[in-house]
Amino acid sequence: MNELRPLGSGIGFAPVARNPGTALKPDWFEDVQVNLSAAERRAATLGTRRTVKKNYQAAWLVKALQCIDLTTLGGDDTPGRVHRLCAKARRPLRDDIVEALGLTDAPPTVGAVCVYPAMVAPAVKALEGSRIPVASVATGFPAGLTPLPQRLAEIRYAVEQGAREIDIVIHRAQVLTQDWTALYDEVAAMREACGPAHMKAILATGDLKTLRNVYKASMVAMQAGADFIKTSTGKEDVNATLPVSLTMVRALRDYGELTGFNIGFKPAGGLKTAKDAISWLILMKEELGRRWLEPDLFRIGASSMLGDIERQLEHHVTGRYAAATHHPLA
Amino acid sequence: MPSVKEILDTMEYGPAPEANSHITDWLKAHEKGFGHFINGSFVAPKDGAYFDVSNPANGAKLARVAQGSAADVDAAVKAARKAYSSWSKLSGHARALHLYAIARLIQKRERFLSVLETMDNGKPIRESRDIDIPLVARHFYYHAGWAEVLADEFPGHRPVGVCGQIIPWNFPLLMLAWKIAPALAAGNTVVLKPAEYTPLTALAFAEICREAGLPPGVVNIVTGDGGTGAALVDHADVDKIAFTGSTDVGRLIRKACAGSGKKLSLELGGKSPFIVHEDADLDAAVEGVVDAIWFNQGQVCCAGSRLLVQEGIAAKFIAKLKRRMETLVVGDPLDKSVDMGAIVDPIQLARITELVAKGKAEGGTLVQSSCKLPAKGNFFAPSLFLDVEPSSTIMDVEIFGPVAGLMTFRTPDEAAQIANHTRYGLAATIWSENINLALDTAARMKAGVVWINSTNLFDAAAGFGGYRESGFGREGGREGLYEYLVPGWEADLKPGTPAKQPPLSAAPADRIDATALPSIDRTAKLYIGGKQARPDSGYSYSVYGAKGAAIGQAGLGNRKDIRNAVEAASKAGAWSSATAHNRAQVLFYIAENLSARAAELASRLKAMGQTQKAAETEVEAALARIFWYAAQADKYDGRVHATKSRHVTLAMNEPYGVMGILCPDEMPLLGFVSLVMPAIAMGNRVIAVPSPRQPLAATDLYQVFDTSDLPGGTINIVTGDRDELAKTLAEHDAVSALWYFGSQDGSAAVEKASAGNLKPTWVSNGKRRDWLDRAQGQGTEYLRRATQVKNIWIPYGE
Repeated sequence: MNELRPLGSGIGFAPVARNPGTALKPDWFEDVQVNLSAAERRAATLGTRRTVKKNYQAAWLVKALQCIDLTTLGGDDTPGRVHRLCAKARRPLRDDIVEALGLTDAPPTVGAVCVYPAMVAPAVKALEGSRIPVASVATGFPAGLTPLPQRLAEIRYAVEQGAREIDIVIHRAQVLTQDWTALYDEVAAMREACGPAHMKAILATGDLKTLRNVYKASMVAMQAGADFIKTSTGKEDVNATLPVSLTMVRALRDYGELTGFNIGFKPAGGLKTAKDAISWLILMKEELGRRWLEPDLFRIGASSMLGDIERQLEHHVTGRYAAATHHPLA
Repeated sequence: MPSVKEILDTMEYGPAPEANSHITDWLKAHEKGFGHFINGSFVAPKDGAYFDVSNPANGAKLARVAQGSAADVDAAVKAARKAYSSWSKLSGHARALHLYAIARLIQKRERFLSVLETMDNGKPIRESRDIDIPLVARHFYYHAGWAEVLADEFPGHRPVGVCGQIIPWNFPLLMLAWKIAPALAAGNTVVLKPAEYTPLTALAFAEICREAGLPPGVVNIVTGDGGTGAALVDHADVDKIAFTGSTDVGRLIRKACAGSGKKLSLELGGKSPFIVHEDADLDAAVEGVVDAIWFNQGQVCCAGSRLLVQEGIAAKFIAKLKRRMETLVVGDPLDKSVDMGAIVDPIQLARITELVAKGKAEGGTLVQSSCKLPAKGNFFAPSLFLDVEPSSTIMDVEIFGPVAGLMTFRTPDEAAQIANHTRYGLAATIWSENINLALDTAARMKAGVVWINSTNLFDAAAGFGGYRESGFGREGGREGLYEYLVPGWEADLKPGTPAKQPPLSAAPADRIDATALPSIDRTAKLYIGGKQARPDSGYSYSVYGAKGAAIGQAGLGNRKDIRNAVEAASKAGAWSSATAHNRAQVLFYIAENLSARAAELASRLKAMGQTQKAAETEVEAALARIFWYAAQADKYDGRVHATKSRHVTLAMNEPYGVMGILCPDEMPLLGFVSLVMPAIAMGNRVIAVPSPRQPLAATDLYQVFDTSDLPGGTINIVTGDRDELAKTLAEHDAVSALWYFGSQDGSAAVEKASAGNLKPTWVSNGKRRDWLDRAQGQGTEYLRRATQVKNIWIPYGE
């Protein structure tokens, strides 16, 4: 089970071993205490206790860019639309900006492109030769309420089409009714269906409501073998928030201490600005450390954030404020 | 600066310095030195003395500041006195407009003040920017509101007069706001002395007062050292002293003000417990420690410096805490990415270093963050002591630095016991996700501020202040306003002419008034722990009636009787935890039983020289008074302050515990009842010394108490010489509050002797009140004086 993870783009660390999961261990999470007000206070001061300026800011934005799962999950997605997105994923920054940043040797690319299963094939084709993995949502995204056999079949289909990462959604009712055995069994089955593809477990935290639920669902997903835990589908009323993210990264830190396996984290939905990107990177560095600032352990699910990062980087390079239209469309 | 490529490898934060050119320009403009701010303008010190103020982060000189002399203080007090006559007569609305203008200007100058504060004090810019200065503005807005509604909300109250205010260096401008805003709202004028290390934001504030058009003399700022502060404390024309600082200096000030009639409030030191129960959110509690002891470099009077962690989770908690310590950043306070800045002064740094060395020498294990410290400046690493016990020096004394000690406990009972086992009582922090446990622990804390699942939260609407040797008086909230107000009736009291009285004599009386004696000799004894007790001295003294003939004897109590009475009162703690309804019932019952003996008491008073009518009037008034306090027992309750959203901030009125009450000579029955009843209605246990001349009306009452279900030890009566017994009570460290109604000299002696454990006192200063007058003789002021306010912060949300 201890397969090695593929290298993400441009990282200089030894790869982490893949999480084999454990048996379901309710005693790791059933008595967990998560204090909402305290989580909010910590979340609110993360971004006020740390900041990055000048070259540091530029580097951190490039890092954020490398961690983006550039996403299109629209009902109106077409192969053409996906092709345009993939082109952007390959060359997210204009050459002149890359050069000014001194990164011409190894121009940054995004972490992955994330699409629906039906769009995996066009995405794989569009990204050929780029080393950028295609991630696919699956399992009846976003509600996850289709029958289990169909959800597992959807995973297998996406993997067959060439997806190297699968973003599954959990069955929220199992959390809301605290049916941990059912949740564990389903997620473990999904992990098995993923095979070599990495599994990101979307908890849809906006539906789970309480931070205790978030912690518990995180822990069950990791015990069931999730490689990443992810906040949201982007379709819930409330998407990624810092207090929820704080709770999840603390859960994965606890899991790491109990098992020795490093789990990745992916906030998604509602992250739109370069400032958001920095806030989440600070969260990762403060709560988990330097190692979690690489795309094999951190991803940001976003579609519009890249545009803001481009503008900020252009401003860094030129000292002038940039217009969106000066950057190629994603 | 490293390249983007290099930073992509290290992912360091890099430097993020806050620009400070506006402040350096301002300091340059004042290069010649800052004068005092007196009567609306800056004036040079009369003797031309200045001292340098430096930046603790690098030792660089920032400014030259006037060293205030007694003459400078005198000029400031004169200006404040002159301004007082018009400022105190302004309408509340007009004062509100002034305070509002100041609040607005502070808000517009927030960044200026933040950067200046950080340069002067060494605290991280994040804290001055996000915590100190916003709270300053909030405090002025909040008190602008109080000025507006003061007359409606505090009917019958008046400003105190000219207030001398002395503030510390740890939150320079915030402490200024805590002092000046309520004082001005209530109609006082002030002379404020900022700390010697950190006077610059106070001087900037003076400029803001000028900019806001505040009338000259309403706010005066005199800079200087401890000598300047002493001159202010000693100034005869100052009506009130408000001090925040060390307990040692608080004691000196208490003594210096004794007998002066100055109103006094003290916010002093602490060694506050930080309790982590096993059902706490441990990650949250670890962040709590960061906010408790590594906030403002640990230079916080309410810092949670004694970490008490339940034994079963201690190893896990310590591991989490150690890991968190490693991510703390210490450095240039103007850098936006530091958690801790510089210690205020090399002297303070030396004191911290010395105490930490002592902690190690005594066997403590020191854990320090491995963070890099700047080569220059007064820096100290975040520190944690393990393997320490209550007997360790560093767990006992206030370090006032970034050093916490961690101990374990087994049960909630033990947590409360260790937490309260200190001479201080400023704050306490409690972590538990069980509301029963959290509130139970909060209720047990002997501390003025309790934070549940949070720490170091502040808001202008909540009261802040200590129990025990952490001082008395509150700042913030409705309770804080009382420190700057005085009831009109109390202000109007006139000194009585003390009757020349011979000492109490144990010699046989030469003449007795046979008509006044009961048919069978009834010996008045002391009443201690619910039992009649013979005086330790073995002496009784004669009590004389109006005709100069003896009407009976009373025990001549001495210090040992006081000791016994205090012991009995200390053991009677159940009275303090009884329900308010229960206490009301007992008080009503006392009235009922007293009513049955009304005639007997009236004849006793008559024997003392009153007319029949006057005697009956006094007994009736006493009955009504007991009823009034019985009624108040379950009605003088606390408040919920409107602080932050999703927080309940409870302001609870709690009894002091053991109180001493020295009763006046006038109205020997009513005076006794008027003082003892409010004290016990609020849950205190009392050692009462009745009128020495006429103690028999009071000693008659113990039979009433015996038949009224009053638990033994709740009221203890020791007869004898008032001033002698007052001294013992005032010096007694287990007596938590003291009321003295006697001579001016006796009042001074009580205030002075109270400095030992800094018990709050209420003294008559030789002034007499008309106990029959309901405005003077009863009221919520008595209840307020019998209670201390505990603010409990309870954030909620799931």
